[in-house]
Amino acid sequence: MSVLVLEKIEKIFGGLRAIGGVSFAVEPAQIFGLIGPNGAGKTTIFNVVTGVYRPDGGRVRFDGEDISGWPPAKVAARGIARTFQNIRLFRSMTVEQNVMVAGFRIHQAGLLSAVLRNQRYRDDEREFRRRAAELLDIFKLKELAGEPADSLPYGSQRRLEIARALMLSPKLLLLDEPAAGMNSQEAMELEKQIRFLRDELRLTVVLVEHNMSVVMAVCENIHVLDHGETIAEGPPAQVKEHPKVLAAYLGEESEEQAVADLEAVSRPLHERPEGPADG
Amino acid sequence: MSQFLQQVINGLSLGSIYALIALGYTMVYGILKLINFAHSEVFMVGAYTGFYTAGALGIEGMEQRGAAFPLYLALVVLMVAMGASALLGVLIERLAYRPVRSAPRLTPLITAIGVSLLLQNLGMLVFTPNPRRYPPIIKEVRFELGGVIVTNVKLTIFVVTLALMLGLWYLVQRTWTGRAMRAVSVNLDAAKLMGIDTGRTISATFAIGSALAAAGGILFGLDQITINPLMGTLTGLKAFVAAVLGGIGNIPGAVVGGLLIGLAEQLVAGYVSPDYRDAITFVILIVILILRPEGILGVVRQEKV
Amino acid sequence: MAAPDRLTTKDWLIRVAISTAVVAGIWGIGQGVQVGLIEYVQRIVLLCGINIILAVGLNLINGTTGQFSIGHAGFMAVGAYATAFCGVKLAPAVTAALGTGAIADGVVFNAALLVGALLAGVAGLAVGVPSLRLKGDYLAIVTLGFGEIIRLLFNNTKALGSATGYFGDNPAGLPPYTSFFWVYVWVVVVVLIVRNITFSQSGRSLIAIREDEIAAEAMATPTTRLKVTAFTVSAATAGIAGGLFAHMQSGIRPEDFKFEKSIDMIVMIIIGGLGSISGAVIGGIFLAVTLELMRDLQEYRLVLYALLLVVIMIVRPEGLLGTRELSPSMFKKKAGAK
Repeated sequence: MSVLVLEKIEKIFGGLRAIGGVSFAVEPAQIFGLIGPNGAGKTTIFNVVTGVYRPDGGRVRFDGEDISGWPPAKVAARGIARTFQNIRLFRSMTVEQNVMVAGFRIHQAGLLSAVLRNQRYRDDEREFRRRAAELLDIFKLKELAGEPADSLPYGSQRRLEIARALMLSPKLLLLDEPAAGMNSQEAMELEKQIRFLRDELRLTVVLVEHNMSVVMAVCENIHVLDHGETIAEGPPAQVKEHPKVLAAYLGEESEEQAVADLEAVSRPLHERPEGPADG
Repeated sequence: MSQFLQQVINGLSLGSIYALIALGYTMVYGILKLINFAHSEVFMVGAYTGFYTAGALGIEGMEQRGAAFPLYLALVVLMVAMGASALLGVLIERLAYRPVRSAPRLTPLITAIGVSLLLQNLGMLVFTPNPRRYPPIIKEVRFELGGVIVTNVKLTIFVVTLALMLGLWYLVQRTWTGRAMRAVSVNLDAAKLMGIDTGRTISATFAIGSALAAAGGILFGLDQITINPLMGTLTGLKAFVAAVLGGIGNIPGAVVGGLLIGLAEQLVAGYVSPDYRDAITFVILIVILILRPEGILGVVRQEKV
Repeated sequence: MAAPDRLTTKDWLIRVAISTAVVAGIWGIGQGVQVGLIEYVQRIVLLCGINIILAVGLNLINGTTGQFSIGHAGFMAVGAYATAFCGVKLAPAVTAALGTGAIADGVVFNAALLVGALLAGVAGLAVGVPSLRLKGDYLAIVTLGFGEIIRLLFNNTKALGSATGYFGDNPAGLPPYTSFFWVYVWVVVVVLIVRNITFSQSGRSLIAIREDEIAAEAMATPTTRLKVTAFTVSAATAGIAGGLFAHMQSGIRPEDFKFEKSIDMIVMIIIGGLGSISGAVIGGIFLAVTLELMRDLQEYRLVLYALLLVVIMIVRPEGLLGTRELSPSMFKKKAGAK
């Protein structure tokens, strides 16, 4: 059974159709790419799936359950974790605390336990510290555990967001431009980490990313959006050649030229510190 | 029936004043997402400016002689008060709000509370805490229409409010400043990129909102007879609730909200108990937050993620 | 295998021992204060304690959670009236059972304080639920309204003395239950509760809400529930402070809990640093002392406070400590830096 199914999702902003009937399915332990030019509606889809926006039409199914219109906290608790395009860390908190926040769903010690500092509280804290340390280790952030999150370099902040999301023990992880602002060394490291999540943790990953070499390297299936509509779907090799995709990305250039450009252009373009806003 | 009509007329005239003040709250909130707590003190200062200007124009002497205050001088009083308040509003924004505009959310909020408190207590020092009788800038004339008492003061309130609102509508919809204000309220950063002088636009918003509050202050003085330096607190709160009721950030909403709050207050005072006329605003606030937090005319705004 | 941090019976015994020592210590100092200080200074010392409770409690919602309440005087009023009223009504029954004396007084007072805290907490819940469901600064405006309305309510309640105030059934006024001992026992209890909440999973989530509510939601944090809980606890602590304040004098009047009182509290937490418990303690003491020093400058006091608020916000919005806590390691770090 598919982990995530979108059925004819529509989202309208003040008369503007941001998403016009998009459908796709993500299979278990798949790395699924969601790509498209700026303003194609990729982040909007993430926001619809995670409950930040309510869809104006269509349904979102997760694990067989209709979760359309659920509030974000409920969606997260159900097993969908995400990162944000424009990094939303808890800035003044330390790296370790950032990760531990996401343990709320599984915490056992209520307010009274916390006030009494009883055994349950201690067990909780120990368990969260341990898991946070594990996650920080995976993402090479262990040495920075005690630093305030906003003192981290950009690439590390992106990795911290992933670590924090994983603290939820999700089934599905949505990554919104995780490679933005990373250098090629970091981006390659990220590819490894994404594969690790899938291979070792059996996570399903949906990836929104502009860095085409990352997308092509890790994704098994790619869904391409333009102006809120699906224009192609399939394995990387197939999507890469798709005329509509080339047109959407590069306008009216010759196809051969476009294929070459697609990989060459995408990297320097998206090493900018922050990608432009995406509808 | 005539008693009901009487309450409605009183409610609408009080509501007009709330609406004038609510416009300032809603315009500033629309642009800066800031509850401008100092707005209620701008209203108070407007009322006092009117008070002193009328005094300087010799209203006391005229009153003793039994002569009416000429209409053109009444307009001068209104203009001076509106101008002074506009200046005050712009100064508040420049000196206090602008330095903290990009700070975390709480900083501007606390600053606004601080400025409100500062003006209130400076008012206590300068104007003294004693209530003042408001000079009869418009000499009251009562007439009866089918059992309902209408005064020329109430009529003046309606006329002035209506004129100011038409002026505002023209300004917002038909002028460059108004267009810039609307653009900034949709997206400040984008407006800046489009070459709009956002600093000037924000100043203009404060000036306009403050001038309207000053007009409200004078009308309030005429209507309620006395003023004091703390008059802004409760009236400001009601006007803010009016803005929330109509849909915060929404200009017609502020007018609708103001009129409704004024009506509700008068009806409660008339039919339930005058003790609870202030409490009803609070009840309305709670109810609106539970049932329709975006307000009557407001739309749900989705935060960009 | 027992985990290294297993909480043993011995640990609990140590906790009991420390608590006993602290209570005994407070009692001892209380005796010293009573003998050694003139009544005027004693009063300031009590006010310091009450301010600490107010500031630490308010800081939980305004500082830690980042939801701004500007009507906490209203909750203080609820606590004050409830405590005074319950104490007066409860006293005959308790003295009938336990006789007169310090023990009976203590039982009556603390039972009444708990009722005060409970009712203030319920009021907090009623105010918090509608306003904290929403993002944005609605709490500020709702609490402002609440503070005004609650005063209006007490002003119009005959059973509680209306505008003249509530002085109990006895012509001598309310019994002077509020002693150094009880004030500071409650200071320790409130500070400990707030501290333990702040440094726990719930506390981390509260800070996360302050930092980024949308991200907190995406991490499965029940933001509304947590905000309302923090606000309710905060209101309850203001209720306790109100109860302690009530029994310091012969009676309480609605105007004891004006908007200015709420502003006093805000000044306390902003001076010390929003989000810092130790900062709130410092701010509370600072205000109790300066309020006395500025007694002759009554009319300028609020002008100065207001100016202070604005200037701090522009120049040093993090206050004295920021969100940090005063701790020995903080000084070590500073020393190391030199």
